[in-house]
Amino acid sequence: MKVVYTVNGERHEAEGVWPGASLLTVLRDNMGLPGSKNACEQGECGSCSVLMDGELVCACLVQAGQAEGRDIRTVEGLAGEGDGGVGDVQQAFLDAGAVQCGFCTPGLIVAVDHLLARDPAPTDEDLREELAGNLCRCTGYVKIIDAVHLAASRRAAGTAVTTTGSATPRP
Amino acid sequence: MDFLQPTTLDAALALKAERPAAVPICGGTDLMVDINFDRERPEATMDLTRIDELGVIERGDDHVWIGAGVPYLQILAELAEDTPGLCMAARTVGSPQIRARGTLGGNLGTASPAGDALPPLVACGAVAEVASTERGRREIPVRDFIVRPRHSALEPDELIVRVRVPHARGPQQFGKVGQRNAMVISIASFGLAFDLEGRTVGTGIGSAGPVILDAPSAHAHVEETFGAAGLWDSGERMPDGVAKRFGELVGEAASPIDDVRGTARYRRHALAVLAARSITWAWEEHRQTKGSAA
Repeated sequence: MKVVYTVNGERHEAEGVWPGASLLTVLRDNMGLPGSKNACEQGECGSCSVLMDGELVCACLVQAGQAEGRDIRTVEGLAGEGDGGVGDVQQAFLDAGAVQCGFCTPGLIVAVDHLLARDPAPTDEDLREELAGNLCRCTGYVKIIDAVHLAASRRAAGTAVTTTGSATPRP
Repeated sequence: MDFLQPTTLDAALALKAERPAAVPICGGTDLMVDINFDRERPEATMDLTRIDELGVIERGDDHVWIGAGVPYLQILAELAEDTPGLCMAARTVGSPQIRARGTLGGNLGTASPAGDALPPLVACGAVAEVASTERGRREIPVRDFIVRPRHSALEPDELIVRVRVPHARGPQQFGKVGQRNAMVISIASFGLAFDLEGRTVGTGIGSAGPVILDAPSAHAHVEETFGAAGLWDSGERMPDGVAKRFGELVGEAASPIDDVRGTARYRRHALAVLAARSITWAWEEHRQTKGSAA
């Protein structure tokens, strides 16, 4: 079947999609957007978290056709300008040391951006609750929570950092 | 696999009559897992998320109708006052991502005795409304909806339309024991609903039997003790031992098995503790509300 989504503000279409495929599969395998990660495929880990019409969902649990015509936001849409550019939540994760193996990071970036949009200064308790659907097996979460507070305080102070990337990879 | 996407309930019912093997999908939190893991290959799925009627919450005089496709997140946002027990359970479902997608229709249709929303619905006497093209609408008490694990009372040509949940007529509680705090399937769960007008108490026992059970002997114990001691009128503290006995009777009413998540013995014990705590908290909440109202 054919599906058409608006992903990060742009129209994307895919042909020959197996109807049983998930939104995640279509994003990664058909639309060239591998930022959303495929880990558990059962909605447990949150590494495939995306926004669908503004709602935080696991892309692995949305059947391809269910997302037809919907507005999808993925982690790619939260990057900074240019190739390798870094968005403010991403920068906060880097600065706080909240990235280890990195597999959970894309889902967390989407979930944190969604959280801060609704609650600009979440308490530890609130953000633990809000991020309960994003599992990280490396960090023990302490640095991730630090990163959320860092991103929140930078946004509040109007000093949120988004960098423009260059084509040259970082050393 | 075919993908069907009706936009009206009538169209969906006509399709379901024509293709009874088509599996309905809303949040996908159960079905997509089975498809992703190659455990299910339905010949067709039927997306119900485009049918407006299934996504509606409607308030009546003494009840609220919750559309089968209303996600838990919306139930939590809108119904905390009307159906507190259900909202306590909704808050324990999966994670924010799962609560954004999971629905009452899915919990009923999947027919797992571990469905978090089901014990509070049974405790307060909720009723599911289902429909088919041929026979129109009929009501099935949630108590009778699961006939055995993964099998519901739904006929192959029927769809779940909405659930009628009575307005809380007294304090309600829900408790769940799992292996951690979030993103967890219950080892045992318990819903409790006081009806202060009818002077009754209702229960729902989850994950501790082939279906959601209730505990009539525990209801009778409370109703008799409260009546004899004049508690319904006085709102006095429960006499010592009532909560403990209530818990024991709930544990005895369960019919658990040993499985990967826990042993039968543990489940009975957990239920006894959950039930004793629930009734204590619920009655104390009532006493405080009554005290502040006076």
